[in-house]
Amino acid sequence: MSEKILIFGEVAEGKVATVTKEILTAGRELANQMGEPLSVLLIGENIEGAAKDAVSLGGDNVYVVNGPPIAKAHPDLYLAIVAEACKQLTPSIILFSHTDMGREIAPRLAARLKASVTMDCIKLSIEPNSGALLLSKPVYGGNAIAVWTSKPGTAQIATVRPRSAAPAESDPSRQGKIAPLTVSVDPSCVKGEVLETVVEEVQGIRLEDAKVVVAGGGGIGGVEGFTLLEGLAALLGGTVGVTRVPCDEGWKPLSMEIGQTGRIVSPNLYIAVGVSGAPQHMTGCSSSKLLVAINRDPDANIFREADLGVVGDYKKVLPSLIERCKSLKM
Amino acid sequence: MNMIVCVKQVPDPEVPPAKFRIDAKTKQVMPPEGIPPVINPFDERALELALRLKDAYGGKITVLTMGSAKSESVVKRGISMGADDGFVLSDPSFQDSDSFGTAHILAAAIQKIGNYDLILCGRQASDWDEGVVGSIIAENLSLPFIALALAIEAADKALKVKRVTTDGYQVFSVPVPAMVTVCWDVGRPRLPSGSGVIMAARKKIPVWSAADIGVDAGQVGKGAARKEAAELSRREWARKCEIIQAETPDEAGTKLAEKLREVGAF
Repeated sequence: MSEKILIFGEVAEGKVATVTKEILTAGRELANQMGEPLSVLLIGENIEGAAKDAVSLGGDNVYVVNGPPIAKAHPDLYLAIVAEACKQLTPSIILFSHTDMGREIAPRLAARLKASVTMDCIKLSIEPNSGALLLSKPVYGGNAIAVWTSKPGTAQIATVRPRSAAPAESDPSRQGKIAPLTVSVDPSCVKGEVLETVVEEVQGIRLEDAKVVVAGGGGIGGVEGFTLLEGLAALLGGTVGVTRVPCDEGWKPLSMEIGQTGRIVSPNLYIAVGVSGAPQHMTGCSSSKLLVAINRDPDANIFREADLGVVGDYKKVLPSLIERCKSLKM
Repeated sequence: MNMIVCVKQVPDPEVPPAKFRIDAKTKQVMPPEGIPPVINPFDERALELALRLKDAYGGKITVLTMGSAKSESVVKRGISMGADDGFVLSDPSFQDSDSFGTAHILAAAIQKIGNYDLILCGRQASDWDEGVVGSIIAENLSLPFIALALAIEAADKALKVKRVTTDGYQVFSVPVPAMVTVCWDVGRPRLPSGSGVIMAARKKIPVWSAADIGVDAGQVGKGAARKEAAELSRREWARKCEIIQAETPDEAGTKLAEKLREVGAF
């Protein structure tokens, strides 16, 4: 068996995860351009339904490995399974989502397979003349974009940033091959154990799902100021996020952070309040449809990033903004 | 607990975007004028976590960096914060190593130092933002590996490592020695102490060459790099900002609401 492009698929509650649907879009485009089949590796228990979905979503060859569900698996075990599967399938391009598991096992797999690795890619394309795979990713905290190419003959591994491609649409008429894959993994590959896995309940709307995000930065000045932002978010049916500063200052929990080290969001409306517009933050929200900035400093970088801006103290701007929004909504 | 913390010297990531310059020809970022390079802020947080472990359990912290002789400033930064000693790894053959080359070099030095329980580094470097060197070192040295640690406790020849995940956290038990990368969320690193600064100023930082640590020349430098930059460009500002003109902030808020309504934003 020799495969060209292999996607590491993630299964959540028996279904193909949204992040995997996104790399199915990106992978399908590559496969079409290269004239090669697109293969998908799925690991889990009783995931025949997800395997069928993977075909409908664009996979040509779907390989199913019986193993623990991703949420409970030790990364060492998943790494060993994927490495063993790659030995059998010998793909030359392996795509992961830039998720907890993808981020952790992609570079380790590259070390084992002597492949190249590029993390957090936002675009995958084929160089028309050479046919080489080009991987674009933000670097220098989002200040720049690098396009990487690998030495000929080197297998290439990439993780793809969530939300950088639209999820693949299901076409139930698509045909593909589904095959079980038997991999033998030495259980001693797992060093240590998972003692506890905690999923923290999100109160209200998940940042990634919100259509409207009101984000506060260091300019908010303290935890009290967020009351105004929360009022605006509630009124617009959205939720509140933060930049690094409010987390570092302890005003807000890390789970609310948007940016390079936090969440990546792309709502219809993003209102940045007291946010300077550091690239490390903007990389997490720059694909928002409409970006609004409210900041006292007319020279703040955020005004180079926004569509609409108000130069002024948010404590004075937000109350009238909220009032007028209320009256317009009536 | 004996720890080795790998750190990198980087251009100051807090440089205003307006001062960020690229040489498109050489595909390099030009050092911003008048702003000295700093310790990678992610690695500084790894140092902070190491210092907390030293505070709790005692032991020794060794700071390791690969770079030029000038990179000793980041080792000294670590010592001024409370680390015990450090080394700079520098050799013309190291130039333009990729992450695999860098990991090979650091792993060679780690083996030379020996007698460690824990190796730490930041989750990624603020220049190329890959975040892979730590895990490749773990692979090279066949060490247990945990990414994005928030807190570490010692527990009888093992470590209890709490690490952040996208939607919560996980706790792992890991045998030592282990390699762990540290997440941003450990919090602000401590500032250098007065005595630490004096100690760091006096400390002689040895520079180890490829020969000193037994590096395999075939695995480092540009020749061994598995990938190369085809292009490096500034991120373009795709939007043009319309500033709401108003006499007072109050009026600006009202006008903004009307504008948002007009474009159908709510």
